[in-house]
Amino acid sequence: MASIGDGSERQRIAQQRLRVLAGHLRRLGAEERPGVAAQECRAGPRTRRENVPAAPQDIMKWNGWGYADSKFFFNKKGQGEFTGKRYRLSGLILPSLKDWFEGTFGANLQHKSPAVPSLNTSAVAPPSLNEAFVEELKSTGIPFSHDTEDRVFRAHGHCLHEIFSLRDGRVGRCPDMVVWPNCHNDVVKIVELACKHSVCLIPYGGGTSVSSALECPPEETRSIVSLDTSQMNRILWIDEKNLTAHVEAGIIGQDLERLLNESGYCTGHEPDSMEFSSLGGWVATRASGMKKNIYGNIEDLVVHIKMVTPRGVIEKSCQGPRMSTGPDIHHFILGSEGTLGVVTEVTLKIRPIPEYQKYGSVVFPNFQQGVACLREVAKQRCAPASIRLMDNEQFQFGHALKPQVSSIFTSFLDGLKKFYITKFKGFDPHHLCVATLLFEGDREKVLQHEKLVYDIAAKFGGLAAGEDNGQRGYMLTFVIAYLRDLGMEYYVIGESFETSVPWDRWVLDLCRNVKERIVRECKEKGVQFPPLSTCRVTQTYDAGACVYFYFAFNYRGLSDPVHVYEQVEHAAREEILANGGSLSHHHGVGKLRKEWMQETISSVGLGMLKSVKDYLDPNNIFGNRNLL
Amino acid sequence: MEELYSRRYISYPDGFWDILEERRRTSDLSHALRTFNPQPYKGAPPCSSSELNRAVLESQFLRHVVKEVSAESGEPVEVVRDEASGLLEEMSQNLQLTFIRLLGFSLSKVFKRLFQKILINEEGLNRLQQAIPEHPVILMPNHRSYIDFLVLSYIMFTYDLPIPVIAAGIPLMSMKLIGEIFRRSGAFFIRRAIGDDKLYWALLSEYVRTIVRIGFAPVEFFVEGLRSRTLKSLPPKLGMMHMVLEPFLKGEVYDISLVPISISYDRVLEESLLAHELLGVPKPKETTRGLLKARKILEDDYGSMHVCFGEPLSVRGLAKGTVNRWQYNLVPRDLPAKPSEETLGFVSGVAHLVVRLQEKGMVLSPWSLIATVLLQNPLGMDLDALIQRTCWLRELVEGFGAVLHWTGQVPACEVVLSSLSRHHSVVRCEKGRVTLVEEAGASPATPEEGVFRRAAAVLMCASYRNQALHVFVRPALVATAITSPTVTDEDIFAHFQFLQDVFSNEFIFIPGTSHQDFEEGCSSLRKCGAVQVCDQQIRVTEEGKDTIFFLTAVLEPFIQTYQMVFRHLTNEPDQPFTERQYITGVRSSTLKRILSGDVQSFEALSSDVQKNVLSGLVRMGGVTKLKKGVRSEFRVDKTTIGRIADKLAGKMPPHLTIQSRL
Repeated sequence: MASIGDGSERQRIAQQRLRVLAGHLRRLGAEERPGVAAQECRAGPRTRRENVPAAPQDIMKWNGWGYADSKFFFNKKGQGEFTGKRYRLSGLILPSLKDWFEGTFGANLQHKSPAVPSLNTSAVAPPSLNEAFVEELKSTGIPFSHDTEDRVFRAHGHCLHEIFSLRDGRVGRCPDMVVWPNCHNDVVKIVELACKHSVCLIPYGGGTSVSSALECPPEETRSIVSLDTSQMNRILWIDEKNLTAHVEAGIIGQDLERLLNESGYCTGHEPDSMEFSSLGGWVATRASGMKKNIYGNIEDLVVHIKMVTPRGVIEKSCQGPRMSTGPDIHHFILGSEGTLGVVTEVTLKIRPIPEYQKYGSVVFPNFQQGVACLREVAKQRCAPASIRLMDNEQFQFGHALKPQVSSIFTSFLDGLKKFYITKFKGFDPHHLCVATLLFEGDREKVLQHEKLVYDIAAKFGGLAAGEDNGQRGYMLTFVIAYLRDLGMEYYVIGESFETSVPWDRWVLDLCRNVKERIVRECKEKGVQFPPLSTCRVTQTYDAGACVYFYFAFNYRGLSDPVHVYEQVEHAAREEILANGGSLSHHHGVGKLRKEWMQETISSVGLGMLKSVKDYLDPNNIFGNRNLL
Repeated sequence: MEELYSRRYISYPDGFWDILEERRRTSDLSHALRTFNPQPYKGAPPCSSSELNRAVLESQFLRHVVKEVSAESGEPVEVVRDEASGLLEEMSQNLQLTFIRLLGFSLSKVFKRLFQKILINEEGLNRLQQAIPEHPVILMPNHRSYIDFLVLSYIMFTYDLPIPVIAAGIPLMSMKLIGEIFRRSGAFFIRRAIGDDKLYWALLSEYVRTIVRIGFAPVEFFVEGLRSRTLKSLPPKLGMMHMVLEPFLKGEVYDISLVPISISYDRVLEESLLAHELLGVPKPKETTRGLLKARKILEDDYGSMHVCFGEPLSVRGLAKGTVNRWQYNLVPRDLPAKPSEETLGFVSGVAHLVVRLQEKGMVLSPWSLIATVLLQNPLGMDLDALIQRTCWLRELVEGFGAVLHWTGQVPACEVVLSSLSRHHSVVRCEKGRVTLVEEAGASPATPEEGVFRRAAAVLMCASYRNQALHVFVRPALVATAITSPTVTDEDIFAHFQFLQDVFSNEFIFIPGTSHQDFEEGCSSLRKCGAVQVCDQQIRVTEEGKDTIFFLTAVLEPFIQTYQMVFRHLTNEPDQPFTERQYITGVRSSTLKRILSGDVQSFEALSSDVQKNVLSGLVRMGGVTKLKKGVRSEFRVDKTTIGRIADKLAGKMPPHLTIQSRL
């Protein structure tokens, strides 16, 4: 059994890697972190709190995104600030945030829409427990809880309507209990018991779903048990010859990277939610990582998957890199969204930590040119680890998050840059857009690669705009979810959604049409202020790209803002589909986008999936009702 | 300020006002040289005509088609590309402001001589002005006269709106000088009968789509395809319609605004040509000299002209719930693809809707009413009776919702007399009796010639009645269905639908809306008191008999002509014929029947109606079209025609289920 690398060189690389990661993701060292270990499953009865040390609601917000200590707020002077110590922005003053915020949304710092301060537990319906199931579960020693806070925390993902209700103190149907299996065998036992006693199971990983996938179906009459995989968080082995790691599926993205880094490796899988999302969740939703150009998306990374279903355990017998053994059973599991079973263990490809990493950015005179450049880069198959293109609105948004500059010299330099781009090069500040880049590899190759990409960009009128802008672009990804919480304090609601779309003109046309549809729908639905409707291209492929939309508006004057929001998002999705976009690139379908599944994969395709469900789970034990 | 004031001063109660009024007061030169700074479509980058042409030639679509054509014909790709480039040269417009100004100046002069007033609805123009920056705009006027598009460009210039590029027929181009002037005023030229010329189709469609896609300028085209010789709306042509809609369907633009425009003339410049063309005297080739000769036209009085800009239609709105745009997801947008049935249905629906809206925006001249009355009294009328009947008709059409150019204060006799005098080429009023004017000359050598002279007068008069036909057609079809001898109450709607089907090449019905059409017809009849509806039964009232009689009489010439052709076809020997043979055959047989008194309506001689019968029969399966090389041939199915004829004559219930009621 291979284990932790011990060479000092590797240690050094690991530390460097850690620093790099901290660049866009600074966090506190947690007290009690899982280590790399090939442990046997511990059994035996334990009391709950000891057993469930990382009750996430202790360090995370119960009604918003991320860590409880990290949030945006406007200080007494009206300046934006970000609290905590976890991120690069933490503790900094953001002088232009207020102007941007008020200017973009027509919001006013005087008009507040605060959340209820804490959860009123009496508003939550008492759990409906299946006594026989509980009794037998007790005898297995697997920890569980029907504490209200535990239940409410696992009753939602991060869709707007979910968070909005929580802030209002409203809670819908909750799981009746939460159970924490510690290993694969625990899961097998739980699933057996659930089948025996007809209990509904909903797997829960990191809770970052944005597709209503975690919502308990209100029509469910059986007792609902949330199966929290967070305790299955160990790396079971690392195989340095084949460069694979066998990992329990409950591990959270950042822990996985950190632990592998300690051994000198990484998966390179960095979805924007990696601070909180779990490996099992990635598999269940077909996640995509920021650096997929080098490492691939989750389906390219997995070598082996083990899943517990009501019918039994499904897995392959070997770890051959490719097989021709009929349709790949992995593809029934990838994207199954918790409807078929629980992913318990995954073997993943790993890579040595890259020697060198460099951010970069390019300014284009307009979005069209930027897209043309990305297309050319994709055509030449020379995309860096990550390449993203923000539209003008998002570029301005990024600027609103610029911290106070420390010296006159920097501000002078900034002024000079701006002068050069807008006056000397004639870029219109209301049209220009920015691509952010991330290069990885050995130093020399990175520098060569960088030159190649900048040369292509120059052909499309792109100007190199520095590492700092690039890095800030990626940082934005991690803090944007926190910004939504700030908006919700001041009558602004919003969300992001994504799609994938072929190249040629679809990318451009789709972006324009969807943005325009959003603006028009808002107007029609009575939204009093112009919405923020912005997009960026976040991934490039040979045959197309992934496009990400941000949409937010000031809801003052609306009686049912969430309903309006949902109508507009629905219309935007219709527009995406009518313009050749996909139903989802990596967020998944959940319950939010179910209605389009039949048109998306044909009724025969849907029937195929249903028959798999019927075989694996005839009694709908995994009853979250996602997807189908 | 003064301008504002004067506009208000001359504005008409019904929202129309005269653009010539100002031209009569201020300098035409300064009008032509005014600063012209229209607000373009917002998404449009500035683009010259040559850049436009290059974009078309270099498009993926065209390169693909060039390759295909080259593979099919065996010609090298370069040759095909050169050919394409030449065709594009022939087709493309070359919009230049200087020529617009030149044209503006001369048109001011010409219009002032020809027309008393050119009236436009300001509200519609305002809406257009607001629509232009939002989305690509398609101007869709009806087509009654050569000067239609001149007038429109002139209005756009006067109101500081972008000059449209206009789809024009190639004959216009071949006129020396004029062709070039039109080209520089924004006209592009389309060949007639493109047929299977793949390269030409590709060029034309890519040219039009590119203009729409980049918002180069508003596109103007005549959805009826050609100038209506009968002054009646023509069933829309779908090719160009599909081309302009495609950029929306394929998601290349967010939306497109279609603006129906109704141009109504008191008197059409080309009126004398119309009847002759319909009777088979060929239309003179369009030449510059011909145009100059037409100068004598300038001496005459053409009354007023109304240009009504309709409410812009959002294509996105129309497509909602009708077209599933997903269908375009699986084929690259740049490649030629056959449109689906669904898309064709949508295109046809939109085109019909636009024509229908054009009809609704028409402003009827009193002369149209007079012509309608006169046609029902072919031997002439006493002036007093004519005035009285015209006033009666005025009330009827206003009740049907038509807009009339008949201001209330002016006494009816004055209106009628001035109409009669304006149309001295069609009617004359002598000693208090009004009759149709037949062509002067020596007394006819043969009875046939006499018939033709008479027919020319009738057809000219009929053209003006046709301008009002859309107002009557729905109530008239209901009236015909009610009064058909064998039709029971339950069958009225079925018979109405049958009549619509028979006449759907003759009158404009939006496909799939016969229920609404029927409702509209019935409610018109009810409102004017001609019928009462109780217990789902429609009863003609005592005082409504006159109205019902009048309405059925409006349709009578058409029914007669159709029956006439049906009889002709069922009596002919059974062999395939070409369209030309068909027209000659029908004409001589009609002539015979008119001479023998078998057929009363001279309108049966109109080649337009005769052609419509043929297309109708092809649609209903009475005639099969056989492709034979370039020309088509037709073969008759006598039983089907016989059945249609019987049904139309009311000899058999519209469907065969036996009704026990009554």
